[in-house]
Amino acid sequence: MTSTVDTSSSPAATVPSGLATVARAPRWLRYALLAVGLAVALWLPNGLYPAVAVDILCWALFAVAIDLLLGFTGLMSFGHAAFWGTSAYATGLVAIHAGVPFPVAVLAGALVAAVLAVPLGYLAVKRTGIYFAMVTLAFAQMIYYIANKWGSLTGGENGLQSVPRELFGLDLRDEYYFYYAALPIVLLGLAAAWRIVNSPFGRVLVGIRDNPARARALGYPVHRYKLTAFVLSAFLAGLGGGLFVMGHRFVSLDALHWTTSGKAVIVVVLGGIGTLWGGVLGAAILVRLEDWLSYSGFETIGLVTGGIFVLVVLLFRRGIWGSVAALAQRWRASRRR
Amino acid sequence: MSGFLQHTFNGLVGGAFYALLALGLAVIFGMLRVVNFAHGAFYMLGAFGAYVLLTEVGVPFWGALVIVPAALGLLGMALERAFIHRLTRLDPLYNFLFTFGLTLILQDLVRSRYGVQSSPYTTPAGLQGSVDFGLFTFPTYRVFVLGFAILACLGVWWLLTHTRIGMVVRAATERPELTRAFGIDVGRWVTPVFGFGIALAGAAGVLAAPMRAVNPLMGADLIIVVFAVVVIGGLGSIFGSVAAGFGIGLIQAWGEAYLSETAPILAQTLVFIVMAVVLLWRPAGLFGREEAPA
Repeated sequence: MTSTVDTSSSPAATVPSGLATVARAPRWLRYALLAVGLAVALWLPNGLYPAVAVDILCWALFAVAIDLLLGFTGLMSFGHAAFWGTSAYATGLVAIHAGVPFPVAVLAGALVAAVLAVPLGYLAVKRTGIYFAMVTLAFAQMIYYIANKWGSLTGGENGLQSVPRELFGLDLRDEYYFYYAALPIVLLGLAAAWRIVNSPFGRVLVGIRDNPARARALGYPVHRYKLTAFVLSAFLAGLGGGLFVMGHRFVSLDALHWTTSGKAVIVVVLGGIGTLWGGVLGAAILVRLEDWLSYSGFETIGLVTGGIFVLVVLLFRRGIWGSVAALAQRWRASRRR
Repeated sequence: MSGFLQHTFNGLVGGAFYALLALGLAVIFGMLRVVNFAHGAFYMLGAFGAYVLLTEVGVPFWGALVIVPAALGLLGMALERAFIHRLTRLDPLYNFLFTFGLTLILQDLVRSRYGVQSSPYTTPAGLQGSVDFGLFTFPTYRVFVLGFAILACLGVWWLLTHTRIGMVVRAATERPELTRAFGIDVGRWVTPVFGFGIALAGAAGVLAAPMRAVNPLMGADLIIVVFAVVVIGGLGSIFGSVAAGFGIGLIQAWGEAYLSETAPILAQTLVFIVMAVVLLWRPAGLFGREEAPA
């Protein structure tokens, strides 16, 4: 309140940006982390059920897309299931009716999500903070109702079944091979997110997050920047949703439900808001945990995810990546002295 | 003509639930700057409370209408003291997230105990049958619900304008720092106001039990429509939230009556279309004030 910069409008401002900390880490450490990350990504389906590994990839992309808005633009979308789910349906429909290679179907689905994000984002960015969350949630519910009623296109309650998975005649029926076919798309999506955040455009977004009035005074069209970030985020979420339907070979209304939007935000908070890669960690943990719970016959999964969420919000607001980054920074600061 | 009146009446009854929930959300938001995602879950708990009291304890509707809101109000006050209070200093988004997590927990607790099927609840004795207004007849119970909601809204309005508590709440809503500067202990009223808002949601739930399917998910879909309602009315305005609640109830009922044959998708998404128009035309809501420039 006493500082000249009012940061109260952004949730990320209340936690130190983990990415900034990592970017200040020595170059060798950053390359080492990248190498470890790639090695884990290449090994993953050997250590987990391949189907679970594919889910982790999709949710990682979803989480990073949301962090792009939440952590770097200061906008909490509580309706990103609209883009994840719309892309899932569009990808499924393209794959069923056009019979194209699966990456083309996924790309088409993500483009549909991005196009949908233009009008919804245009309306939503008129509000900020908690209102933005409510407006996006409401619009996502609208898309859910439309998909439910438009049964001739979406299959209504049944969803789309047996979506083909095709890539130049390669046999991708085994989830293990599909994982490696999907991995390049996910890595491209993650690299794009990293590039956006570290571009001049991304710096403007952070400037808007920290002080919208100053950004406006400097002559930046704040609404247009927010809308662009929203559409880019929807596209990335759409890539995740498209791969998700390819991974499961079916899509149901669950993909559009508000619980999906909420779960994606949980993943980001668990990993660390404003850390970008934290979302990848959060996705890995939550997807693995949910799989383990349902495998061991646990029926009240919502109790566990809700409980984790409540605990993280109450006690662990920096998230995993944010906490580790803060610890590392303190350690280095003490060594320098 | 009588058909139109019938739909209008049904719209007002549907709007009564939106208005009761929006009213609770608005007083809580005004006092704490918290948007309570769990409001729908408390509405659901209200309906289940009435159901459990009737089937397992034998307490009739009228008893439930007193006991359940009081109990939920106390539960809300405890939650405010234990958790929400700790997060109010931070960005409001954290409390939104906290109450979202709470919603998942409450829903799952009820679901694991009672399953997802809807449980029936008979219309209370004395409110069965219908009332003849000459031109048309309405079910007695629905007339009662509408009357209850209108009285509750008027009662809150009277509390806000004619009592000292109401004055403090209004002052704290509009100018929190200035109110504190005058030496008024705003913090003292935060917990009771939160409990009161939750009690309103609980009362709406008890009212819903005989009319709507009692199941663990009944609150979740409703609360999202209520969010659209408060965006339309302007969350900062208590009057606006109530008015938008009744208005959206009417629009939905008319849409359901006249559009569900020709344009079913339009009929079900009317409330969101109204929200889009309001965002274009008056982004702060019909009765809301422009937010202070961020």
